[in-house]
Amino acid sequence: MKIWDWAGFFEYLVNPYILAGAWATLWLTAVSMVCGLALGFVLALMRRAPRRLVAAPAGFYVWLFRGTPLLVQLIVIYTGLPQLGIKFGVIQSALIGLSLNEAAYLAEIIRAGIDAVPPGQVRAARALGMRERQIMRYIVLPQALRIVIPPLGNSVNGLLKTTSITSVISMEELLRRTQVLIQEQFEVLELFSVAALYYLAMTTLWQLVQHRLERYAGRSDAPPTAAGA
Amino acid sequence: MIDIRNLTKRYGSTAVLKDCSTHVAKGEVVVVCGPSGSGKSTLIKCVNALEPFEAGTIMVDGISVGDPATDLPSLRARVGMVFQNFELFPHLKIIENLTLAPEKVLGRSPDFARRKGLDLLDRVGLAAHARKYPGQLSGGQQQRVAIARALAMDPLAMLFDEPTSALDPEMISEVLDVMTALARDGMTMMCVTHEMGFARRVAHRVIFIDGGTIAEDRPAAEFFGDTASPRAKSFLSRILQH
Ligand SMILES: Nc1ncnc2c1ncn2[C@@H]1O[C@H](COP(=O)(O)OP(=O)(O)OP(=O)(O)O)[C@@H](O)[C@H]1O
Ligand SMILES: [Mg+2]
Repeated sequence: MKIWDWAGFFEYLVNPYILAGAWATLWLTAVSMVCGLALGFVLALMRRAPRRLVAAPAGFYVWLFRGTPLLVQLIVIYTGLPQLGIKFGVIQSALIGLSLNEAAYLAEIIRAGIDAVPPGQVRAARALGMRERQIMRYIVLPQALRIVIPPLGNSVNGLLKTTSITSVISMEELLRRTQVLIQEQFEVLELFSVAALYYLAMTTLWQLVQHRLERYAGRSDAPPTAAGA
Repeated sequence: MIDIRNLTKRYGSTAVLKDCSTHVAKGEVVVVCGPSGSGKSTLIKCVNALEPFEAGTIMVDGISVGDPATDLPSLRARVGMVFQNFELFPHLKIIENLTLAPEKVLGRSPDFARRKGLDLLDRVGLAAHARKYPGQLSGGQQQRVAIARALAMDPLAMLFDEPTSALDPEMISEVLDVMTALARDGMTMMCVTHEMGFARRVAHRVIFIDGGTIAEDRPAAEFFGDTASPRAKSFLSRILQH
């Protein structure tokens, strides 16, 4: 009996079925991240609102989604809600579950970023006659963005891998398709190695993107030059 | 220009300013001094409504600061303010620090705002740094930019809160020179500062705050003369020692 099937390994590496699974992982990550960011931003603003009636629901949301496993959330959305007459397909359920879950974490990152902008900056902007919306847009958010880019980048990295959990509701992403092939081919190690390589390729690629983003965001903190012209 | 009557300001239950009244006429330069924690910053923050107050009235150019109907942003747009820690916007280039508010608040064209910004930078001797970021400038240079940023709004009056106390000694004079030139040009100024040399040379009046009340409010020559109260005298001798 052979120990490791090199020919099979290379075949799986370029297998279009697996490749399409990796592609699904990518767009699942991208769409959930964008939706999560939008919802997370709204939640962050709500949590910072002085009115309890606004802040409390957002706090409850974050508490709920960070306090329960994504796995449970996905199963509830996909197989629990139909009991109430609310039906979502596999892809819809996966996107909704990932987005809602991610939003809770992103809300906290964004809130921390906004809070980290020194209050003196807001005071200075007010003293110039700027209105609260303008201060948020031109002073606070650009500075918060610099602060949140590293943690946001880590979230993307995490999400790339977390999408694999949607395989339990039979979402056909990379892990699910790997498992399907394993049931046909029985080459467990070769196929999981291929899947692992794909995940590594995607996270490594993202790391390069993140590095560039951080450099761009940090362009204004160049080291001081000698005083004088 | 700035009229303060019976101003009382509390943080919680402690009164930080008690029944303060004073007046700054157009073109007048008033220096505010006093021990740490006496309420100097609070006083000038009340003038442009960065802090609310409980009692009394403040009028700036005929507009009541405490009136709930007053549109505070448009009031603040007409009063320049310079902070101890400069508070330049670190993510914006120097020139952008000077053009943002004129464009967004006053609705000036980018082109006009830019030309005016460069003029002002030239005036404070920093035209060569327009395209740098604040983090690339020394403290003294940043504070001069902060003054230029306030001037870009064409303010009716300027408020300074210890503009030189975060600076290394060798940078203090470059900032005071800019402020002196501004005063000579007839700007109405209210300056919290312990630079008594500046006060002596430039101020028309000196206000001495002690424990939340205005203990002295008199012409500079008198204040530095023999008529100063014992409290003010001991304060002066303490800050002049170093
Ligand atoms: N946000 C605040 N909440 C509560 N108390 C405050 C607050 N800001 C200032 N105080 C108190 O009000 C008093 C006056 O403060 P203020 O900053 O006006 O003093 P100051 O004269 O400017 O002092 P310094 O020379 O140290 O700048 C101080 O006793 C201070 O502790
Ligand atoms: Mg102060």
